Amino acid sequence: MDNQKTVIEITDLKKSYGDNHVLNGFNMHLVEGENLVIMGKSGSGKSVMIKCLIGLEQPDSGSIIVMGKDISRLKHEELDELRTEVGFLFQGSALYDSMTVRENLEFPLRRHTKKFGVIKDTTPLVMEALENVGLSHTVNLMPEELSGGMKRRVALARTLILQPKIILYDEPTTGLDPITAKEILLLMESIQKKYNTSSIIITHDVDCARAISNRMILLVDGINYAEGTFEELIASNDPKIQAFFK
Amino acid sequence: MNTIFKIIELFKAFLLDIGELSQFAGRFFKEVFKRPSEYRELLRQCFNMGNRSLLLVGVTGFIIGLVFDLQSRPTLQEFGAVSWMPSMVSISIIREIGPIITALICAGRIGSGIGAELGSMRVTEQIDAMEVSGTNPFKYLVVTRILATTFMLPILVMFGDFIAIYGSFLVENLKGNVSFLLYYNQVFDALEFGDLIPATIKSFFFGFAIGLVGCFKGYNCKKGTAGVGLAANSAVVFTSMLLFIIDFIAVFVTDIFYDL
Repeated sequence: MDNQKTVIEITDLKKSYGDNHVLNGFNMHLVEGENLVIMGKSGSGKSVMIKCLIGLEQPDSGSIIVMGKDISRLKHEELDELRTEVGFLFQGSALYDSMTVRENLEFPLRRHTKKFGVIKDTTPLVMEALENVGLSHTVNLMPEELSGGMKRRVALARTLILQPKIILYDEPTTGLDPITAKEILLLMESIQKKYNTSSIIITHDVDCARAISNRMILLVDGINYAEGTFEELIASNDPKIQAFFK
Repeated sequence: MNTIFKIIELFKAFLLDIGELSQFAGRFFKEVFKRPSEYRELLRQCFNMGNRSLLLVGVTGFIIGLVFDLQSRPTLQEFGAVSWMPSMVSISIIREIGPIITALICAGRIGSGIGAELGSMRVTEQIDAMEVSGTNPFKYLVVTRILATTFMLPILVMFGDFIAIYGSFLVENLKGNVSFLLYYNQVFDALEFGDLIPATIKSFFFGFAIGLVGCFKGYNCKKGTAGVGLAANSAVVFTSMLLFIIDFIAVFVTDIFYDL
C-alpha cells in the first residue's frame, strides 16, 4: 500500500484532561483502502483520539490532516462538509431513539443537500443502505424494537448512507455475542470491498483485529507503542505487546 | 470551619452554573437566527409541549379556581363583599397565580422532560452522532426546544387562567346562584390591559427560562445514566428558583410602570 494516497495523517497529537495526559504525542497515517486497527487498554486514549479526528474533541496540540485538510483550520461549515466523507460507527450505535429506522437514515441525508442535492424520495437510498446490512425489513421499526446486533447494523447503514470514503469504527464488536460479532466483521469486510472505503477500527477484540486488519497500532500511555501487521505483532517477544494478545 | 468551606464551595458552584448558563443563553441568541430554521422540529416540539401539557394545566387550573373561591368565600361573606369575588379571582389569577402555577407545573413536566431527554441523548452519544453527521445539534435540539417553551407557555397560561376562572364560576354558580353571563361580565369589568399584558410578557420569560435550564442541564449532562436523573432533577429545582426570581423582577418592573 506504499504507493497509495494517505487519507488521514496525525502528527504529535496531545490531549490532557487536567493532570490526566491521555494522548502524549500520538502519530499515525491511514492510506486509501486500508483497514487500520488501533488496540489499547481502557483509558489508553483510543476513543479520545478518534473523537479528535472527527472534531468532537479539541486536541491540545498536534495536527490532524483528513483528506488533505487540516481540521483545526476548518470553519464549522467546512468541517460539516468534510464529515460527510468520514463515517463514524459509535460503540453504542447511537441511533436516535425518538425516530424510526427510516428517519434515522433519512436524517443525515436531508441535511446534506450540497452533496446529494434535494432528494424528494429518499426511499431507494434508505432501502439500499438497509439491504447492504441485511435489514430492509426493519425500516419502520423503532430502535427499541431492535436487538443489539441489529442496532449496530442499522447504525452502520446510517453511516453508509452518506457514502463516506473513510469509516471510523469505535469498538464495533464490543457487547455482541461471538456469532453477531462475526456477522458485523463480515459486513465490515464486504462494505470495504464494495465501496473501497478506508477504515480505522478501535477495538479490544483480538479476533476482530486478526480478521480485519491490514495494519495495527498498539496504543500505550497515549503514544503508538508498536506498529505492524497482526502477524508481526503477535510474534513479538515484548511482554507489553504480548499482553494484548493473551 | 468545614461547614463554612462547604457553603463557600456551594456558592462557587452556583456562580459557575450561572456563568455557564449565561454562556449557553448567549449561544442560543447566536444560533437562533442562523440557517437552517429547523421549523419542522420546532412545530413538533410546540405540539409535544403544548398539547401534552393541556390536560395537566387544565386540571390544575380548574382545581385552583375551585379551591381559591371556596377558601375566599367565607371571608368575603363576613364583610358582605361576595359580589367582589369575580374581580378578586380574575385579577389574582391573571396577574399572578395563573402564570406562576402554570410555569411551575411546566417546569416539572416539560423542564424535567427536556433535561432527561437531552441528558440521555448525551450519554448514549446521540448528540455526538448528530454532530458527526454534519447537523448542528445545538440548533436542532436546543434552539427548537427553547423557542417551543417560550411560545407555548403564554398559551398554556391563558388556557390555565380561563379554566381556573371557570372553576371559580362553578362555585359561585352553585353557592350564590350567579349566572355565567353575570360572572364573566364582572370578570371582564375588573380586568384591564394593564393586568393582561405584563402577565403575558412574564409568561414568555417563564417559558424561556424553562426551556433554557432544561436544555442546559440535559445538553451538558455528565456521569453516565446517573447524570440523566441528576439533569432532570436539577433542571426542575434550578428552574423553579429562577421562575420566582423572574416573577419578583417582573412584579417590581410592572409596579414601576403602574406608579408612572
